[in-house]
Amino acid sequence: MTRLRTWAFEIGLGARMSVAGGRAGWTRLALIATGVGIGVAVLLAVATLPTALAASNARTEARTENIAASTDLPRGDDTMLIGIATMMFRGDSVHGRMLQAEGSRPPVPPGVTTLPGPGEMLVSPALADLMADEPLLAQRWGARVVGTIADEGLSGPADLAFYLGTDTLTEETGHRIAGFGYAGVEDEGGVSPVMLLLSAVGMVVLLMPVMVFMASAVRFGGEARDRRLAALRLVGADAAMTRRIAAGETLAGALLGLVVGAVLAVGAGLLVNRYASGAMSFYLTDMRPVPALVALIAVGVPAVAVLVTLSAMRQVVVQPLGVVRLSGTTRRRLWWRLILPVLGVALLWPLKDGLGGSSGVELQAAAGVALLLIGLALLLPWWVEATVHRLGGGSVAWELAIRRLQLDSGTAVRAVSGIAVSVAGVIALQGLVSGVESTIGGEGGSDARPFQHEILPRADLPDQTWITALEKTPGVREVQTVRSVYGTQDGTSVRIRIGDCAVLAAFAETAGCADGDVYAVDVPAGPATYELSDDTTWTPPTANHEVAATPSYEIYGPALLITPGALRGMKVPSAETNFALNLDTADPDAVEHLRNTVATLDPQTLVSEPGNATVAATMRTIRQSLLVGTVVLLLLIGASLVVNVAEQLRERRKVLAVLVAFGTRRRTLTGSVLAQAAVPVLIGMTLAVGFGSALAAALMAMVEAPVTVDWFGIGTTSGVAALVVLGTTAATLPTLMRLTRPGNLRSE
Amino acid sequence: MSVSFALLGLLENGPRHGYDLKRTYDDTFGRDRELHYGQVYSTMARLLKNGLVEVEAEPGVGPDRKRYAITDAGVTDVAEWIGRAEKPEPYLQSTLYTKVVLALMTGRDATDVLDAQRTEHLRLMRELTRRKSGGDIADELICDHALFHLEADLRWLELTAARLDRLASRIRS
Amino acid sequence: MTEQPLLTAEDLRLSFGETKALDGASLHVWAGEVVALMGSSGSGKSTLLHCLAGILTPESGRVGYAGRDLSAMSDTERSALRRGEFGFVFQFGQLVPELTCRENVALPLRLTGTGRREAHRTATEWLERLEVADVADKRPGQASGGQGQRVAVARALVGRPRVVFADEPTGALDSLNGELVMKLFIAAAKETGAAVVLVTHEARVAAYSDREAIVRDGVVREQEYVR
Ligand SMILES: Nc1ncnc2c1ncn2[C@@H]1O[C@H](COP(=O)(O)OP(=O)(O)O)[C@@H](O)[C@H]1O
Ligand SMILES: [Mg+2]
Repeated sequence: MTRLRTWAFEIGLGARMSVAGGRAGWTRLALIATGVGIGVAVLLAVATLPTALAASNARTEARTENIAASTDLPRGDDTMLIGIATMMFRGDSVHGRMLQAEGSRPPVPPGVTTLPGPGEMLVSPALADLMADEPLLAQRWGARVVGTIADEGLSGPADLAFYLGTDTLTEETGHRIAGFGYAGVEDEGGVSPVMLLLSAVGMVVLLMPVMVFMASAVRFGGEARDRRLAALRLVGADAAMTRRIAAGETLAGALLGLVVGAVLAVGAGLLVNRYASGAMSFYLTDMRPVPALVALIAVGVPAVAVLVTLSAMRQVVVQPLGVVRLSGTTRRRLWWRLILPVLGVALLWPLKDGLGGSSGVELQAAAGVALLLIGLALLLPWWVEATVHRLGGGSVAWELAIRRLQLDSGTAVRAVSGIAVSVAGVIALQGLVSGVESTIGGEGGSDARPFQHEILPRADLPDQTWITALEKTPGVREVQTVRSVYGTQDGTSVRIRIGDCAVLAAFAETAGCADGDVYAVDVPAGPATYELSDDTTWTPPTANHEVAATPSYEIYGPALLITPGALRGMKVPSAETNFALNLDTADPDAVEHLRNTVATLDPQTLVSEPGNATVAATMRTIRQSLLVGTVVLLLLIGASLVVNVAEQLRERRKVLAVLVAFGTRRRTLTGSVLAQAAVPVLIGMTLAVGFGSALAAALMAMVEAPVTVDWFGIGTTSGVAALVVLGTTAATLPTLMRLTRPGNLRSE
Repeated sequence: MSVSFALLGLLENGPRHGYDLKRTYDDTFGRDRELHYGQVYSTMARLLKNGLVEVEAEPGVGPDRKRYAITDAGVTDVAEWIGRAEKPEPYLQSTLYTKVVLALMTGRDATDVLDAQRTEHLRLMRELTRRKSGGDIADELICDHALFHLEADLRWLELTAARLDRLASRIRS
Repeated sequence: MTEQPLLTAEDLRLSFGETKALDGASLHVWAGEVVALMGSSGSGKSTLLHCLAGILTPESGRVGYAGRDLSAMSDTERSALRRGEFGFVFQFGQLVPELTCRENVALPLRLTGTGRREAHRTATEWLERLEVADVADKRPGQASGGQGQRVAVARALVGRPRVVFADEPTGALDSLNGELVMKLFIAAAKETGAAVVLVTHEARVAAYSDREAIVRDGVVREQEYVR
């Protein structure tokens, strides 16, 4: 009982010491709290993601119609015809449905109380805002906005959605449904294994440096703390007491860090709620972190902080008259540090030929990446020590720095291992992203071919109506008709397109095309007979060229391209008529005008665009956020480097003043600080770039992309790291100047 | 030796009767070695003979009616004595103390007294240090013995120098 | 024959806030002599030493060295002077903890551009001369206090300076070690012809000097220089 009371006293004493240390004490506490807080905020965000995603998914499911299951639904008083009017605006997808009640008790989608009549529409608040800002969008559907969709009918506050009342749907052009809500739908397009891999690796890359950073954050100012503890030992504290007091001090920082983290997380949540766009937007009520994870964070972070402190204190003996560091005497061992990286390689090796279809490989890949990155963090201290012990000679500045690092490389390494892990991770991710980019083809904008835009109507309008309307649309230079049918042969479905040479050039490399040519894309040469969708068969003219698809059409698989001249005198099956457009892509509004025309004529019409603009945009966003993330991480690490270096300088103020008395140039001293920061960073970066590039290569191989070295990623991350070193040196210069004033010669 | 200079010095602030002189001496320096009357009169007689004091006759009778006054030669002698460093030796403080107090009483710079003594001490210490670094272990030990004693004296000098203000205010009161 | 002093301070004044650390201090140091600056703690000895060495600049007064005016020099010039012509010994904690003793001694030579090998050779000679060759490859933390001070003395003399400034060089040592340090220090200084400005409040240390100057309340009382 009394034991407990003294323990509580000691831990409380530690907590009080952390704030009673004057300005230095507060700075230390603030640094720890900020460091831990940022980590906690990230962890909380991760803990919130599952519930938020689930809530958003639940609402998406509630408004989804089971179209496939309702094909033979009879018309009834409680049925309704719907049309899929989802369409893009700029880079965003706008979820849209045409609704046409067939009786007096039609189903009502969630978030809607009264169905819009013909010529009326309901919009989500985000879409209403967008329409208010964008006149081009406001005129798209030519309907009167009579209300908004309530929250329960939207995936999130940024969801762009509308319901358009209509009376033009028929059984052919619409889908009959009896209700909304369809559990178990895949997201549009489904989550590909590649995306899963991307997010799994991303998670690891994000969390690893945060962990490393938190671990080094709780050691901020540890040396000053040890000196204070030595003073306590002088008045009779024993070693165990000093450990408990130190634990108390860290605990204070970690608990404050939890508070800071919670505040940051709430702030981030508010920001996300307010400013997020695209698919990932959540209502505040969605953002409830998983309680178990919150408990884990609340207990785990302080516990880990205390453990880190105690393990750090095993390296020092706090004696009444000072602090003895043991780290200088024991050399680091290599073998156990190799275990994790070797395991990581072992996990990744079997995946080198692609992910394959089997489930769980993403997990395997993510685990391999995590093991490699953790292994890097473990390998780095050994590597730095081994390298530094081989260095020597050189100028005085260099000698001072190297000797310092030889004596105690741990402090520097701790800050740098954060850099190394994040840089390696980011290089790996960048590599993966560019790999994915290269497999999906470029963004259409880079492809200058005409006739890249294709209109696939659903309603049965006369061709001439379309052609006239399209030709009047601003930005449309030329309209060409393409007829297309799907044929199946031996299980492969082939898209057969009939059109002029000028149009066909959009689909494949048909240079030198003349009327009468037939091109095969990924189709065996020679005559073939296809089964068509209306159960008839057709033998098209035999291809006289085998060509490759254009980048934008690579993903659409095998195709047969026929010029009208080749069909002369042949029976041509009934085909759907599509329109290929030569659009002025230099004008970003052109495609919006086109969509407006399409939406007025038939909102269900598909506008096919070149490239894979959405995926490419996603990738660009990922790249940008990666870059921002790297910069933020490196800045954090820079901050901890500054703290480390400044602390070391302060500890050496007497020696510095003596060196100045001896006539040492400031340049020499500055140089030694620079070298002291740069050498570990340089070693860390080398290792990180090596690990990162290898990882990137492995990941690219997994997604079956050509393995390339991402020099841009390596360059930017290394550049930022170099800036961090310079910034650190610059930031510690004032301290250096202050400490080399002669006043410090006075022996206190 | 120092008694005669002390009595002479006490006269600098004005003529005094022999009895008065003894009392002042006892108050200032006496402690547990008070002067006998006889000692005062014999010293005065010697000083009178050497022309360092003179007698002011006063109306009245009795042996105690003599007032002694210091002559110019006497003043010079006192000044010379006070300013002269003592040969460093153990137990010189009493002399030194006398000098310091007198210097304070007579408005002379007591610091000079201490500084002169320090210089003299250091001179001897330098010599001992030199001798010891040239000599064998016996020399070294003997010299060190002397050095430590001299150092103790010097410490006293330092301390006194630091407390001169307090001493001065006590004496003037 | 009128010999000029090597180092002069004339009427130096310097205050730290309210404290007048130097209040009209003057001092003359001749080439090759050992001057002890004595005085109670806080009297301004170290401040005077720092001014003489060009580490601090007095608010008024003049510091001259070999015909040059230190107060008129830039910080860079004064640093160069300290590197080339001066040596320093302080009370304790002056050795760079991560360098070996040999590297510490070699430091002043390397700062003036001597090559590493040459500097280390000279440093070894000096360590032998001060009888601390056995700690040459140890770090200062592994040497005793007395050894450390002798290493510091070696470092102060290794560049053959014309003036060595020593601020309480034995202040943290017991008398036996203090004596040893002083004996070796002064003998070596005399041999190289370096003048020594020795701040101390210990008479037995001051006894190694040729002459003393007393500092009191920022003023110096100088004993006359006699050749
Ligand atoms: N950097 C400084 N800041 C404030 N006061 C100082 C500083 N250096 C010296 N002093 C003051 O100036 C006076 C003289 O100091 P110093 O020269 O160190 O004395 P000494 O070396 O004789 O003990 C002291 O009162 C001291 O407190
Ligand atoms: Mg001092």
